[in-house]
Formats: sequence, C-alpha cells, structure tokens
Amino acid sequence: MAHDNRYTGQKFQVVGNRFERPDGVDKVTGRARYGADANAPGQLVGLVLRSPHAHAEIKKIDTSKAEKLAGVKAVITSADLPDHTGGNRGMMDILENCMARGRALYDGHAVAAVAAVDAQTARKALKLIKVSYKKRPHVTDVDEAMKDTAPVIHDWVFTGGVDPKPSKPSNIANRTQMGHGDVDAGFADADVIVEHSYKTEQTHQGYIEPHACLASVNPDGSGELWVTTQGPFSYRTVCANLLGMDIAKLKVTSSEIGGGFGGKTHVWTEPLALALSRKANRPVKLVMTRDEVFRATGPTASTSIDVKLGASKFGVITAATLELRYQGGAFPGPWGMLGCMTGFACYNIENQRSVGYDVIVNRPKVAAYRAPSAPMAAYAVESAMDILAQRLGMDAVDLRLLNVAKEGTKAPYGPIYGPIGIEASLRAVKDHPHRKGKLKKNQGRGIACGFWFNIGGQTCVDLNIGTDGTVNLAVGTVDVGGARSSMGMIAAEELGISYHDVKVSVADTASLGHNDTTEGSRGTFSSGMATIFAARDAIDVLKTRAAKMLDVPVEDIVWEQGQARATGKGHGNLPSLTLKEIAAKSGSTGGPIAGHNEVVADGAGMGFACHIADVEVDPETGHSKILRYTVVQDAGKAIHPDYVEGQFQGAAAQGIGWALNEEYIYGADGTLQNPGFLDYRIPVCSDLPFIDTTILEIPNPNHPYGIRGVGETSIVPPLGAIGNAIADATGVRMHHAPMSPVRVLDALDAAAAQAQVSAG
Amino acid sequence: MQISLNGVLRSGADGAASVEIEAATIRELLTKLVERYPGMGEHMEQGIAVAINGVVYRDDWTVAIPPDAEVFLMPRIAGG
Repeated sequence: MAHDNRYTGQKFQVVGNRFERPDGVDKVTGRARYGADANAPGQLVGLVLRSPHAHAEIKKIDTSKAEKLAGVKAVITSADLPDHTGGNRGMMDILENCMARGRALYDGHAVAAVAAVDAQTARKALKLIKVSYKKRPHVTDVDEAMKDTAPVIHDWVFTGGVDPKPSKPSNIANRTQMGHGDVDAGFADADVIVEHSYKTEQTHQGYIEPHACLASVNPDGSGELWVTTQGPFSYRTVCANLLGMDIAKLKVTSSEIGGGFGGKTHVWTEPLALALSRKANRPVKLVMTRDEVFRATGPTASTSIDVKLGASKFGVITAATLELRYQGGAFPGPWGMLGCMTGFACYNIENQRSVGYDVIVNRPKVAAYRAPSAPMAAYAVESAMDILAQRLGMDAVDLRLLNVAKEGTKAPYGPIYGPIGIEASLRAVKDHPHRKGKLKKNQGRGIACGFWFNIGGQTCVDLNIGTDGTVNLAVGTVDVGGARSSMGMIAAEELGISYHDVKVSVADTASLGHNDTTEGSRGTFSSGMATIFAARDAIDVLKTRAAKMLDVPVEDIVWEQGQARATGKGHGNLPSLTLKEIAAKSGSTGGPIAGHNEVVADGAGMGFACHIADVEVDPETGHSKILRYTVVQDAGKAIHPDYVEGQFQGAAAQGIGWALNEEYIYGADGTLQNPGFLDYRIPVCSDLPFIDTTILEIPNPNHPYGIRGVGETSIVPPLGAIGNAIADATGVRMHHAPMSPVRVLDALDAAAAQAQVSAG
Repeated sequence: MQISLNGVLRSGADGAASVEIEAATIRELLTKLVERYPGMGEHMEQGIAVAINGVVYRDDWTVAIPPDAEVFLMPRIAGG
C-alpha cells in the first residue's frame, strides 16, 4: 500500500521522551554479544599474514610448510579467491584489497591467511609461510603522489574527468569540478581576498570493537556469517559475489556493534574467513588485532587544500574557490568529489568553483568516516571565513549570517536547498551564553559551521503483534546510535501503546528484505519511515478485526489512542476495543496481526550545525586544552533526545581528536609507525569537557515526523572551530591538522622568530 | 525540460552542463539520457541521484517529474 511521506505536524505522545535504552543492561553486564562473542562447535582460529612493505611485487608464496603443520586446516592465498567479479572494477578493488593479487599495495595488505585449531598453531603457521617480495618504489603523501616524478601505482588508472582522456596512467584517479557563476568576475569585484593552503592528516574511526566474525560455509554452498557490521545486507551481497555464492544461501547476522562510524560499511577480512571455512569445511572465527585495524581497514583521506575567498568591504562574498587533493589509499575513491560537494555548502555564494582530485597512494583503502571528506574541506573554508571576518573587522557569526545558505540557495553540487537549518544554527550560536563567557590569557574562542547531506535508501521492516498485545518490530538497519529505542518509540506512537510494549530486533538477512547499509545518517530517517508505514498497515488490520468483533462495517471503525471505536448511527453503545483485546482474539478473527513495509526512503533532509569551542593553549608545550564546547545542530525531529545529544557529542569528540591529536604517521619506508592506541591518541574523558548541545528542530518536509539524520554532521565543524579558537588564543593561524602540541609549538616559535625579524 | 548535470557527470554527456530532455518520470529521464549519451552508462553503474526541486531521489525511478521542475543529476553518495 502506498503511503504519504510528507510532514504533517503530527502531535506526539511517545516521541520526544527520554526512555531508558533497551540495550543498556546487556551492555553494562557483559551479556551483549559483539563480533567476537559468537562460537560454533569445531570452530577454527583464522589469522592473516600481511605485507611488511609499502609496495612490493609478490614473486612467490610458499605455503607448503604451513599446510603440513599439525592442526592447520586451511591456508589460502589469492589463488583461493578466483575472480567472480565479472569485470566490475569496483568489486575487483574490494577483492584485491581483501587479499593481494600479485602485488602488496600498502603496509598491512593481506597476502595469505590460515585457519588452525588454536591461535598458537595459527601463529606458527603464519611464520611458516614464505613470501618472496620484490620491493617497488612507494609514495604515501598526497602531494608527492600527484607529481610527475612519483611512482605510478596502477597502470590501469587514467585520470578521469579531464579532456582529452590521458594516454598515460596516473596516480590521479579523478578530477572533479563543480560550482556556478563567474569566479573571475567575482574576485575582480572583491575588496578583500584571503587565500591560504591547509593540510589534514589521515585519521581512523577508532571504534573500540575491532572487526570480528564467525564464518561457516557448508559443502552444499550455503553459509552463515556472524559479524560486526553496519550493513549485513551489503556484506551478504559483496561476500556472495566475491566467493561465487548465491545471495540467498548466505545468511549474515549483525552482532552488537562496538562502533563503526563508516569503517564497518565495507568488508575487510570477512571474505577471507568465509574462504577459509569453505576450504577447511569448519567454522572459522577471525578477529583483527588493533594493529591490523589501523594498518588494513579504512581510515580517512589525508588532504591538501587551497581555499580563496573574495568579499566586498561590507562582507558579501563575491567569489570563492577550493582546490582539494584527497588520497584514497591504494584504490580510487569519491573523496575529492565529496569535498567539492560539501566545502561551501553552508553559504550562499554566487560565484564559486571547487576542483577535487582523488589520488592513489600506498596506504590502506580509505573508507567513510562520519560525513566523509567534509571535515577537511570545512577546516579550510571555516579558517578562511574567520580570517576574512578579521580582515573586514566583522564578527565571525555576523559574517557567516550575511552569507548563509537558505531555502532556495543553490548548493555547491547543483540543486536548490529546501528548508534547512544553518541560519537557525548560527542565530542560536549568536545568542548562546557560551559566546558571552569571559576568556583569560592564552585562551581563545572559535566557531565553525558544518554540513552533511544525509541519505535515505532501501528499507524494509516487519511488525508483528503478539496475542497479548505486545509487539515485535524487526528492522534491517543496524543499531549504531539508538535505533532500537527510536523505532520502538515510533511504533508505539503510531499504535497508541506503551513504549515498553514494543520489542525491537535487528533482523538477519534471511529474515527480512534488503536494507541498505546503516550509513549516511539514514537509520532513523529510513527505518523510521518504514516503521510508521508498517504500523499504519497493522492498524488497518486491527480495524478489520475490530469490525468483525463488533459486527460492524470496517468503514465505521476509527483508530484512536490505541483503541478501535465504532462510529456512526447505532454504534453508540458498542465498546471500544484496545489493541490488546483485538490481539487476544486474533486467532479467531483471521490469524496473526502484522504490518510490513518496504520503501525507498527518498527526500532526506540536509544536516547543518554550528559549533563553539573555547581552548587554552600552553605557550610552553603547545598543548591545547578544550575548556568549553557547544554543539548546535538541526535534527529535524529528535525522536529520543538523549541519543541525538549523544550523536552530537560523539561526533564532536571525534572531531576534536582529529583536530588536536590523531594522525597516521608513516616512516620513510612507507610503513605505519603508530598502529596502536598508545601512539595514535584518541581523546579520552579527561581530555574533554562536558559537550553542551542544542537541538534545533526544523522539520524535513519529506518525512512524516520531519526527521533528518543526525549522526555525521557534527564531526565537520570541530577542526575549523578549534583552529579558529587557537588563532584567537595565540594570534597564530594553524594550517595543518592535527594541531598537535608539536605543530602548535613550531608555529608559535616561527611566529615569534618572524616578529623578531620584523622588529629589526 | 532542462536537466542540469553535476560537474562529475558532464564527462558522460560530452561535457555539457545541461541537456534538454522531456521526461515524465526519473526512469524515462535516465533511459533517454543513456540513449542519447551512451557515456552516461558508466555513471549510471556507479549510481546517479536525481534532485527534483531540491528533493534528492537516490533510488526510486518511479518518481514523477513535474513540468517546469528544477532537475539536477548528481552522483549518488553514501556516508559514514
């Protein structure tokens, strides 16, 4: 049945409350089952042998000694993963990333894997595998990789998006250009022009739970995969494709997830676990170490960005350009393009141009990380906005408000915006008490804005009403940020029952139709929409059953406050029937009562945020301490405000880590020097103040409840906000993130030396 | 009607920033687009989203395109 997805201004009884989380007890008592917590009789331990070289030809892999070791049940190389991709380059990239095919493309690239009866035997077997490498020149820096002198990593990559098509292969996979207006004329009209370059380093999502799975493939070609993932249906499709299996014969169950943030939207070792299981004819459990997670899963791009803004003396931006260079690791990616689409998204700029380059280097294949590509572009743009405000003598918020994007503004990527929340976010920041707090010596304050698209996509839910009136809701989007609670609230809202009468489960791939991966802040938007529609279908069934029970035409039944009531002449004395009463008689009125919905949830509402950061910079160490931090973001509608605030705070915390500490450090030999949490430092509680939040609710017109996504946008502003705060505190502008103590100290020293020179 | 192309997609349409195509639905639009510009097929494989009056449709080809709508084709994006 077709349903209307338009926002109606519906009043809520359940939605908007702060109920206890349904997974809380299991998580704090250790009962929750994560990726590594599943076991099967006869299971083996899987381990992966990884390249110690940044770039090397694999001359030979001798597995004979490992195979003869007692307790080893299977050894695989790329020869055990034949090409089933049918010429699909993207799938081949995934296959090659999972297991090297003739060349190791980065430090940590898998070259072989074993399955043995225990971990000790598996470790011994790895040592017995002899790989003959011939090292090749490597490149890990994005700017170096673009030079003509750089070693070309793939002979099949010719720069796309340029005319004429190049005749020589290149590390530049794609050039993207977008924008509108006449930037030359716009700069000619400008009274003030600011122009700078920025760099950001590679960061990792840093989820606490490493990748883990239990794979079991049967001789009849069927299989099961228990795995920590954001996308069980996508994992099923990709793994089945790579292993030549039928999709329906591979059942994927997503475990409880200990963080993903985009890093668990792609397969890494899961196809290897399935291949090992197929070869050994035993279940195989494969859990990555933290070292492996850093070296061989999907961190962000590192970047190099040039930004130029021109403005009238009154502060109106007349032209803006960005050149964005993003490295995507050893395979092509969309990252530069996404930088182009997001960089100027918060502003109404008549003349703008963004050019993005996607660059291949000898690093792991980049994956999404909360609003992928947007934080780096925003770091450059929001820093430039602050510099422009200073040059013009304007308040940083007022300059942004003067140029803010609104409904009807043409986005950098082309379309016009519908109703959006960036102006409201800026006004909330302008009036926020945080902005009025006094600062002391070495302390500074910065603001910055951020944007992320949010997406919808294919979604499917099942809602089943038990004979006692309690409800099972099966969803196919993974609970990465409160989905079980939010979906339960939505189902309760529609049915008119208690939140506590709804039990929500994340279904496996054999139990529900396809659901797109839980990414792009789509979970609550998409599954929320499907849940509303499924509940409304169930209400239609309930009304039909009530009509039978009351012996009246179904057209005379209305559903109000969780009850069926007969209206019309002659029905005045009939009792209302509660959902529980109707459910109790369901066996006699037609059988089980259920609602189902499959939908392509389109019309996602754009997400905008503005942050305020206060920092104190220690001039002796260069250490920047976050004193106070405020997030203002438009949620569209906050179904469960605790979770929405948690998303704002979590995204801000990750952005703060990116801004101040986190970075991949590669040695001259192209190997990663800090693949562990001791040397790759994410913020801990003692590093952060309480992150204050303000939820704005500007309804998305394309969702019945007005929902937008909330999971990603707030990772975008922190780099810019903190850079601006450091500049306010020290008078020194940082052009390289993370703005770690050593970089800040170097910048302070350089500024002091320059001041001495200037003083003569 | 005028169909605007995001910069990424223009290589599939001989570099054009916009093309004139009469279509009542997204399906009709994309079918005619690939017929006229076979180079768009590669972009279709990678995923195209259609923005109609600012509302982004990633998947549903049955959506009707109103007359005089602002139609913008852009790459389909995912997220984290």
